[in-house]
Amino acid sequence: MSMTREATEALIQEVLEVYPESAKKDRAKHLAVNDQTVEQSKKCITSNRKSLPGVMTIRGCAYAGSKGVVWGPIKDMVHVSHGPVGCGQYSRAGRRNYYVGTTGINTFGTMNFTSDFQEKDIVFGGDKKLAKIVTEIEALFPLSKGITVQSECPIGLIGDDIEAVSKKSAKEIGKPVVPVRCEGFRGVSQSLGHHIANDAIRDWVLGNRDKDSSFAATPYDVTIIGDYNIGGDAWASRTLIEDMGLRVIAQWSGDGTLAEIENTPKAKLNLIHCYRSMNYISRHMEEKYGIPWLEYNFFGPTKIAESLRRIAGFFDETIQANAERVIEKYQAGYEAVIAKYRPRLQGKRVMLYVGGLRPRHVIGAYEDLGMEVVGTGYEFGHNDDYDRTIKEMGESTLIYDDVTGYEFEEFVKRVKPDLIGSGIKEKYIFQKMGIPFRQMHSWDYSGPYHGYDGFAIFARDMDMTLNNPCWRNVQAPWLKGREAAESAAAGN
Amino acid sequence: MPNVMIRVKDDGGLLFYIAKKDQEEEIASVERDSDAEWGGEIELTDGSRYYIDPISPKPAFPTTLRFKRA
Repeated sequence: MSMTREATEALIQEVLEVYPESAKKDRAKHLAVNDQTVEQSKKCITSNRKSLPGVMTIRGCAYAGSKGVVWGPIKDMVHVSHGPVGCGQYSRAGRRNYYVGTTGINTFGTMNFTSDFQEKDIVFGGDKKLAKIVTEIEALFPLSKGITVQSECPIGLIGDDIEAVSKKSAKEIGKPVVPVRCEGFRGVSQSLGHHIANDAIRDWVLGNRDKDSSFAATPYDVTIIGDYNIGGDAWASRTLIEDMGLRVIAQWSGDGTLAEIENTPKAKLNLIHCYRSMNYISRHMEEKYGIPWLEYNFFGPTKIAESLRRIAGFFDETIQANAERVIEKYQAGYEAVIAKYRPRLQGKRVMLYVGGLRPRHVIGAYEDLGMEVVGTGYEFGHNDDYDRTIKEMGESTLIYDDVTGYEFEEFVKRVKPDLIGSGIKEKYIFQKMGIPFRQMHSWDYSGPYHGYDGFAIFARDMDMTLNNPCWRNVQAPWLKGREAAESAAAGN
Repeated sequence: MPNVMIRVKDDGGLLFYIAKKDQEEEIASVERDSDAEWGGEIELTDGSRYYIDPISPKPAFPTTLRFKRA
């Protein structure tokens, strides 16, 4: 049962009640009731602002956005976490960006490279150490195609000149060495890290092969941008696009290589999945190379079919016919999935709180299964993300930006969703409250969820979580009895 | 004086994107808009106004231009 506008507004007011006056004023701007008639989200919701001190936020930092999201998955480069050891070690291999290759020989995705800053490096500067590291990496891993220097906070604080070292070292080893100024203190969330990483690609990598015409381009070259291959997502997307007769010449950046990135300007169309993290580079390529870009959504058959047709619209009639053929080919498959799981999931209500593209993109997949998304929010979205979300979400649903731990718990207690999709930091809180929960950052160690193949896994996972018999046993038996007695007493 | 990237929307409208602020807005009206010149005072759909000296001939979009706040 969905809530009315008034009830949702009252709920927001009630939740805000505990904050001190100034915090209340600030947080009120980040919470909204969805109104589909609004064209510009900034009229109803504020986003991309600094989190309030004292509240629980689950945002990351600029380093997380650059090393963890954009650069990290590029498999044949060595990404050095430049600074103290912790940032790299505690985020190592946590994102499950799958790739093909032999780790430590020609691919380096799950390894942790760090300059391991000590006191003396802070005092005397770490430039010499960095130069030494680059030489050492080249000696130990000669098959690496390049090196990136992912700055951690101290680099910016002590003012090391990593650009100069990178330029010098690049000449020495004859491979690109890319300095990325993604110190964690920059910006309010990982979002600025994405932007910085995009700018670094633009300045240090993208133009490398502009004068090299050895790459044989075809009129059907496309790229997959902003798909990080979590649990194999990019592969599930890629097969669909290739089935249409298009050629995928680059994957950004899940299972991607440096060469693919350098060749991207030779594509005819950039397909962008995660708008938030990669729109910057797509805009740049549109301006510099005249490559159009298109946002697509490969979650759930409705959106996939819609996206495939839109992609095909950029090409000739053969491709358009192929798109229809692909949709038809998978039709029996996804209809069977829906027939199996829809009766088990029909009418269930979901609350989401994730980042990037998922707060709006997965709505279609849930709707295909007969479920309803009653609340959604971004960790680090901007206004343009909310502009796109308002139309996807139902009327009078909850939208929360950078929601705090307290707010999220209170919303859940009142809205009582049947399923929550968020991250590891929320998982155990809600499971202990007895609410089925899926991690929607890492697909809860499952996946892929993209494409038709992914949809089958998505449906199975949601069913497996929601209809798990364990939820009946979460409450202690003695409490169960008391509640029944109390309600019986109230009834009398 | 923000650097603004202007690109054509799917429906033919012009989008006004300020990279530094990561703000994207549609252009509501342009003071001078012909094949010969483009620019002058520009109003966005949210009501804010910017100014650029008219450029002639009309630039090809997408392109990055430097605007003044009007």
